[in-house]
Amino acid sequence: MKPTAKTGRAARAGRWLVMGPPLLYLVVFFALPALIMVVASFRSPGEFGGLAPLSDETGKLDLNVESYARFFTESVYLQVFVKSAWYATLTTLFCLLLAYPLATLIAQSPKKYRDLLLLLVILPFWSNFLIRVYAWMIILGPNAALARMVNAALGSVGLAPVSLLFSAFAVLTCLVYVHLPFMVLPLYANLEKHDRALLDAAQDLGANAWNRFWRITFPLSLPGVFAGAALVFIPALGIFAIPDILGGPDDTMIGNLIKTQFLETRDWPFGSVLSIVLTVAALVLAGLAAWVARRGARGGVGA
Amino acid sequence: MALLEIQGVTRRFGDFAAVDDVSLAVESGEFFTLLGPSGCGKTTLLRMIAGFDLPDEGRILLNGEDLADRPPELRPVRTVFQSYALFPHMTVEGNVAFPLQMAHVAANERASRIAAALEDVRLTGFGKRYPHELSGGQKQRVALARALVTHPTMLLLDEPLAALDAKLREELQIELINLQKEVGIAFVYVTHDQTEALALSHRIAVMNRGRVEQVDEPSKIYGFPRTKFVADFIGQCNLFSGSVSSNARNVVTIDVQGLGPVRVTSSSSIAPGAEGTVALRPEKVRIMREAPTDSPDNHYRGSVADLLYMGDVTVYRVATPGGARVEALLANSQSGRAKFFEVGDAVEMTWPVDAGHFIEG
Repeated sequence: MKPTAKTGRAARAGRWLVMGPPLLYLVVFFALPALIMVVASFRSPGEFGGLAPLSDETGKLDLNVESYARFFTESVYLQVFVKSAWYATLTTLFCLLLAYPLATLIAQSPKKYRDLLLLLVILPFWSNFLIRVYAWMIILGPNAALARMVNAALGSVGLAPVSLLFSAFAVLTCLVYVHLPFMVLPLYANLEKHDRALLDAAQDLGANAWNRFWRITFPLSLPGVFAGAALVFIPALGIFAIPDILGGPDDTMIGNLIKTQFLETRDWPFGSVLSIVLTVAALVLAGLAAWVARRGARGGVGA
Repeated sequence: MALLEIQGVTRRFGDFAAVDDVSLAVESGEFFTLLGPSGCGKTTLLRMIAGFDLPDEGRILLNGEDLADRPPELRPVRTVFQSYALFPHMTVEGNVAFPLQMAHVAANERASRIAAALEDVRLTGFGKRYPHELSGGQKQRVALARALVTHPTMLLLDEPLAALDAKLREELQIELINLQKEVGIAFVYVTHDQTEALALSHRIAVMNRGRVEQVDEPSKIYGFPRTKFVADFIGQCNLFSGSVSSNARNVVTIDVQGLGPVRVTSSSSIAPGAEGTVALRPEKVRIMREAPTDSPDNHYRGSVADLLYMGDVTVYRVATPGGARVEALLANSQSGRAKFFEVGDAVEMTWPVDAGHFIEG
């Protein structure tokens, strides 16, 4: 059918009908709040919390970069930021180490079991996030079997007992636990598409098991690795509930800081600055991951 | 001692014997083809030579050494896969370098070996390309270069041309013949395509249901099929079966229902009354309008039931009054017209006594 003015109009209308709702959603719930936050980050904090008036009696706009200056000059905030990035990095690495064998196992298992195994991976999502975090309080609690076993072992070699709870260990354990499925799923989606013939060919050409993995499987899985890393690192970077519930005083992450600024200190401009820094860092890292994944996908194996 | 010896190899999957007591020998420098329909066991046999599968019974010897304990990566044979199996994240050079790296060939020697291998398959200048930037024929050539670069003892090819179109396939067949001559490495080639097998091979093993039916040179396979299966599978063939009515002075006569007595030269010592078959290629049948003036050994009448005009040749299916069907093939180049006969034409058919080939059973 030749495109006429009428069909062209219909097609345009159809396009807007499909794209309109998600676009509207993004504008109302993402773009506008982000804009409000950017503006807020340049305003002064109100006397009793919140924001000071945008302009004084003379009509002069009250916009400044003092909150930004505070973030970059007071080292404690940068330290928290670096600590968050470090925790998120460790979380990503541990998730990768745990998820890779699991995803491989699922991808190599008979087709009829794969759906069941994937279902088991996402099964934890069926119970509430906070309940799952509180469950770790019980598991790692001082009277639980795990802590008793660890402390008995430490005591037998003459070391003082430790608390598993309210520690970096607890925070990291729970971070890895919560984010593991986000690493398993993209890795599985990638590994499942690998052509078995490539491994046969590599073996035929003299590659042992390690070389088959390191030279063929792993490089071809990089798009999946980066997709999973982005899905784990970015939410882990901004999380606040887990350090709140399971962490000690030294385990404050950037998410806790933001929450404190808005809900307790009520310094909205500074809270906005922290949020913006976090968002920009996450965007840069996501962009980087996407770029590397695209380069890796040149060979034709996508995430 | 042959280069490769397969001794009584059997491979079962459950109750099904994919390869059933097969014994073969491949000489060095030989282009040897395993030919058969899908499911005949040829690929299973190839995978056992490569080491991807192990025989349940029997032995596979290479240069006299039993390969049973060697995993694929330690066997001096290389496989060219039907799907090419090129590594998509490596360039052409990277693919060809891979087996050299695995064999710990020094980096400075690698470059010249890669260049030589790419030259062998006429791909000089393609080294920096990625597999997805190559055509099917080029991919297959990279797979060949990659397999040959370490100078293996033997090359195994699993239907390497099956995914290519007919014209390109013919071109690559000629290249394969030349390449094999050039490198002098024994090729074991698996195919279900009988014309490909006839064109390429020094010797062919025709396989059916896990067993080897015949091992011979292409002309022997075509001209002197030992079993009905071989006669039928290799090219078109008339198979006239019936009971032997006489066997004297090296001529066997069979009574074929609907046709009559068919005479064929044979040194068989088969006794009258036993079952026998005459395999007769369609191009050996002469068909004409007038009765022959001499008295030929085999002479029958019939009418053209249907015909297939194929350009260079026409295939005529002639029905006899008794209900038998005889296939005859005539080259069209001998006549100015497209066809000699039309459907319904009454024709005379003859063939000499030595045109057919006698098969017992």
